[in-house]
Amino acid sequence: MVVDQHSETEIDRLFQAFSDATRRDIVRRVTVGEYSVSGLAALYAMSFAAVQKHVAVLERASLVTKEKRGREQIVRGNHDGLQKARQLLDEYEAIWRQRVDRIADILAEK
Amino acid sequence: MTVISSTKNPEALSLTLVAEFDASPEQVWQIWEDPRQLERWWGPPTWPATFEQFEFEPGGKASYYMTGPDGEKAGGWWRITAVQAPNRLEFDDGFADENGAPVEEIGAGHATVTLEEIDGDRTRMTILSTFESEEQMKKMIDMGMEEGMQEAAGQIDALLSEHSRA
Repeated sequence: MVVDQHSETEIDRLFQAFSDATRRDIVRRVTVGEYSVSGLAALYAMSFAAVQKHVAVLERASLVTKEKRGREQIVRGNHDGLQKARQLLDEYEAIWRQRVDRIADILAEK
Repeated sequence: MTVISSTKNPEALSLTLVAEFDASPEQVWQIWEDPRQLERWWGPPTWPATFEQFEFEPGGKASYYMTGPDGEKAGGWWRITAVQAPNRLEFDDGFADENGAPVEEIGAGHATVTLEEIDGDRTRMTILSTFESEEQMKKMIDMGMEEGMQEAAGQIDALLSEHSRA
């Protein structure tokens, strides 16, 4: 079960991370390429500190990694964290697939 | 194959599922519109759903509960946001407390169902399901876990019933 596979805290962090549009956008970007925190900050109408906070939330949820390079902090997507989100979606997909099978059975009676 | 494709977007927490049925859009619409038919497929066989309230119109509310094997109950609600028979249905869905009242702080998901006629006499159903809040999706999945475990059992039942019909 999902709850057994991942601790409650992990899941809570994951959903907290995904609940914000800016954070989702950051995740989308850094899964394709690496960005510095200041590079990300330039993309949004918010302060560097605010973007840094978003990155910290994503880091705690294991969705991104942050690494110091000279004066820059480089943000990258964390493949394993995204895999977890995908697993949860897989579970949800299974629910719908079974619903669709039941619908097909009902329609076949007619 | 009934399910044609499914597309998962982990970044946006959304799922798009496309299924095709050997029935007209009007027939498929019925299994959404008629609460007695809806009850036959919304919940898994071990957690059947009972719709107590069902206002199938824009702005309408539906409330239901699912009853588990030991008599435990899990409640849910819909808030219908669009109804265009027989092609489009949209609703928010979420969790309810023991009195059937929405647990607002958990948030809601949103489902968009579209039905299109294909090949003259078949229907393509597309379900876009998005999650608006954190805990909500996890709850959704937890509620369906029972179903996951029953999947194998259901497949055996289906095989047995096919066999008895043959």
